[in-house]
Amino acid sequence: MGIVHIEIDGVALEAETGSMIIEVADEAGMHIPRFCYHKKLSVAANCRMCLVDVSNAPKALPACATPVAEGMKVFTQSTKARIAQKAVMEFLLINHPLDCPICDQGGECELQDVAMGFGNDISRFTEGKRVVKDKNIGPLIQTDMTRCIHCTRCVRFGTEVVGMREMGATGRGEHMEIGTYIEKSIESEVSGNIIDLCPVGALTAKPSLFRARAWEMQSSPSIAPHDCLGTNIDIHHRRGEVIRVVPRENESINEVWISDRDRFSYQALNESKRLTQPKIKKNDRWEECDWETALTFLVDNLSAIKIEHGPDAIGALASPSCTLEEFYLLQKLMRGIGTNNIDHRLRQVDFSVQYEDPIYPGMEFSIDKLEDMDATFLVGADLRREQPLLAFRLRKSTRYGRVMAVQCLETHDNYRVSPEIRVSSGELVGELQGIVAALIEQSSEPVSAKLTELFESVTPSDDQRTIASELRINENACVIVGQTALEHTHSGHIRWLARQVSELSRAEYGELTHGANTAGAYIAGALPHRLPAAEESNVCGWNTQQMLQKGLTGYLLCHTEPELDSSYRDAARASLLKSQFVACLTPFADGEFNDYANVLLPVAAFSETSGTFVNVCGEWQSFSAAVGAKGEARPAWKVLRVLGNLFEIEGFDYTSSLEIKNTVADKYNSTTSARVGHLSMPEQLESGGEIPKPLSIYDIDSITRRAQCLQQTVYGLTNWRRDQIKRLSENPTALSEASGTKESVDV
Amino acid sequence: MSEKKQIRLKTLVSKEAIDEIEHWRSKYPAERKRPPIIAALKVVQAENGNSLNDDLMMALADYLDVPHIAVFEVATFYTMFHLKPVGEHVISVCTNLSCMMCGSKSIVEHLEKRLKISLGETTHDGRFTLKEVECMAACAGAPMLEVSETYHENLTFEKVDSILEELGLEVAHGE
Repeated sequence: MGIVHIEIDGVALEAETGSMIIEVADEAGMHIPRFCYHKKLSVAANCRMCLVDVSNAPKALPACATPVAEGMKVFTQSTKARIAQKAVMEFLLINHPLDCPICDQGGECELQDVAMGFGNDISRFTEGKRVVKDKNIGPLIQTDMTRCIHCTRCVRFGTEVVGMREMGATGRGEHMEIGTYIEKSIESEVSGNIIDLCPVGALTAKPSLFRARAWEMQSSPSIAPHDCLGTNIDIHHRRGEVIRVVPRENESINEVWISDRDRFSYQALNESKRLTQPKIKKNDRWEECDWETALTFLVDNLSAIKIEHGPDAIGALASPSCTLEEFYLLQKLMRGIGTNNIDHRLRQVDFSVQYEDPIYPGMEFSIDKLEDMDATFLVGADLRREQPLLAFRLRKSTRYGRVMAVQCLETHDNYRVSPEIRVSSGELVGELQGIVAALIEQSSEPVSAKLTELFESVTPSDDQRTIASELRINENACVIVGQTALEHTHSGHIRWLARQVSELSRAEYGELTHGANTAGAYIAGALPHRLPAAEESNVCGWNTQQMLQKGLTGYLLCHTEPELDSSYRDAARASLLKSQFVACLTPFADGEFNDYANVLLPVAAFSETSGTFVNVCGEWQSFSAAVGAKGEARPAWKVLRVLGNLFEIEGFDYTSSLEIKNTVADKYNSTTSARVGHLSMPEQLESGGEIPKPLSIYDIDSITRRAQCLQQTVYGLTNWRRDQIKRLSENPTALSEASGTKESVDV
Repeated sequence: MSEKKQIRLKTLVSKEAIDEIEHWRSKYPAERKRPPIIAALKVVQAENGNSLNDDLMMALADYLDVPHIAVFEVATFYTMFHLKPVGEHVISVCTNLSCMMCGSKSIVEHLEKRLKISLGETTHDGRFTLKEVECMAACAGAPMLEVSETYHENLTFEKVDSILEELGLEVAHGE
């Protein structure tokens, strides 16, 4: 890239050839008004607001579509530029209703701001304005299309970023309208981004409609709690209530985007029934009580179980989206009581290789590197469902790169996948064996004899050979193991095989974990076989499977509903009902736990507590509470700290979450365990196996499950189940094969 | 896109129509899916009594493997596509700039009076539809109208009457 010298408003600047005037100006901090231009979208140049005066050009030129040239002189405020900008502003306002007082965008509206600078005080337009009928495009986005200025940002977002063209411009001239033409709900799982993109009030957030004015809200930076990316968010709140969640720009993680799940899940915290007071169950009836009573009740009961049945009759389960601090104190509490029964791996089924896990599982390359991949190989990963924003990155890579996959669930990818091998869950291991065999066959360097022997009898297919050679030839290549594969009954083998594929082809390797903080849970030691910072535990406690299938006498549940969150739904329900004592740390008041729990402790949700999430790449991101917890609820780490004191366990005198984080960080930094796990070669490779029933993307944790607006979308529980049943009736074998279970639909 | 969705169009239009769509499709590179939309819409419209409907457009979109909205955008942009059922003869009057300046408004009023319908409507006997269209690239002959793919330029009231008469409308002269 060459460098050219240009001048904007008399300031000499250097710019890369090929960049547009508006990019150079933005970088230099000079403001040029615009509506249709957005740095993440293609150039449309249809609003004409960014017209500037360029030397030697007879007419004003759009800054967003004019590439820089050597010696170019640009004037953004000359008479010519001003006249052009004012004229465009007048045209844009002709059909705009100017209903700012009743518009949700008012106060943060680009049109309002630019009109302040470039609009006339008085409108010369005396004719009637056009009115456009509003469209219902689903439960997340409110439309008021009369306000639309046809910048087409929402259309381009759908086409270019998401790869799902749902919105478009129909009609012509005066009759042009933005919308879906036929009335339908927007189906994209990242649709909320068009709310931020819309420069006017045509598209606004439905759940927060008319709830607050932009200038009344305070903003607190935070981290999204639903997937392992660690999307940076801003929580906007007013008078202690979260009004909305918007993305905070972080180029290396979420760019400027956010998934609908992260954006709208807060609704569950405001509108579902919250637990505001501790409750204990006496004679099968719930009684509200104060904290002291509840905590004493809990301690007495667990102590009694400990004396009667021993400490190993007690176990703790935590959601993989708990904070690092919660994980650390919870495991410390359990180990203080005298048991190693603690786990967060709710969806995992295969625990056979747990000792060989790395310090924490995750991606061994940065998130933004994914978009530069020339070859990506997905193993049981439905990115759109699991990590919607990662699907953006991968889609970007397909401009030049190639995505290949072995999937055992139906996926709806927005990028071309070839070859895409669809197998039943029982065939997944065999398919990967073929790819490893192909790599051994193609390898120019000698492969260890043992490995060769193991794969001697495997003959790879053409597709398997293609995948192998693509990964081998391309320098930027990666293997990604997704949640479906990690939930497989032979996930140990799958991970070992995927690792072989990555090593033999010198491709990068990554596992996409569950929840927001699986990495944090590993580091904090919320595992039955490991202490904090991957220190081996002398005694291995029970894992999720053992705790839920064999059953315990006493349970401590932190932010989780195992009967819904885990892979052992029915077994979990039965074990919890059968147990003697269950304590729940939960922000919510209604749920199945009312049947099996004996004490409910109200704890703060993600927006109400401070904490740390470690994302899939190992980035530690701390956040503080945006609003106070509801009622008597307290942050879970404080509750656990008090419990530690009541159990008279040493080392429970932390005064802030930062102190806990520093303790964990010190342990982590002084550890010598290798970052990369070395799974040892299995004696023989098993085939078969199955995966648990997949969850809808809005059924992954107790928060998303309770967000009404998300449940009303196509991925909401009712629609999702209906869809599953419909597919089952159309093709009875497909689903049972795909999900690998006999009873496929949970109706 | 599932095969099943693509097959649906075949149940809605004749085999000849599918062949013609394929003919147009073959003119463009396989990965370019949007160029044949206009030609395919014309074929489908002709099959369906000179008009389109939502269902047909969606079936066509599925057949061409493009998003539904891509077909809607094209169909709503071009005035030659009729989104509502139309009469036997569609009289398309240009009201764009040149024609407007040459008096298209009075031509429209005259047609409305003769046909006893307003712009955008169809006569009760289902014989005539009067439609306002955008520029048809005949500005030199403004004002103009098009009917059955024939341009009629430099319109006067008399000329309009004779066109209507040719089309079989009994025009009472001297009104």
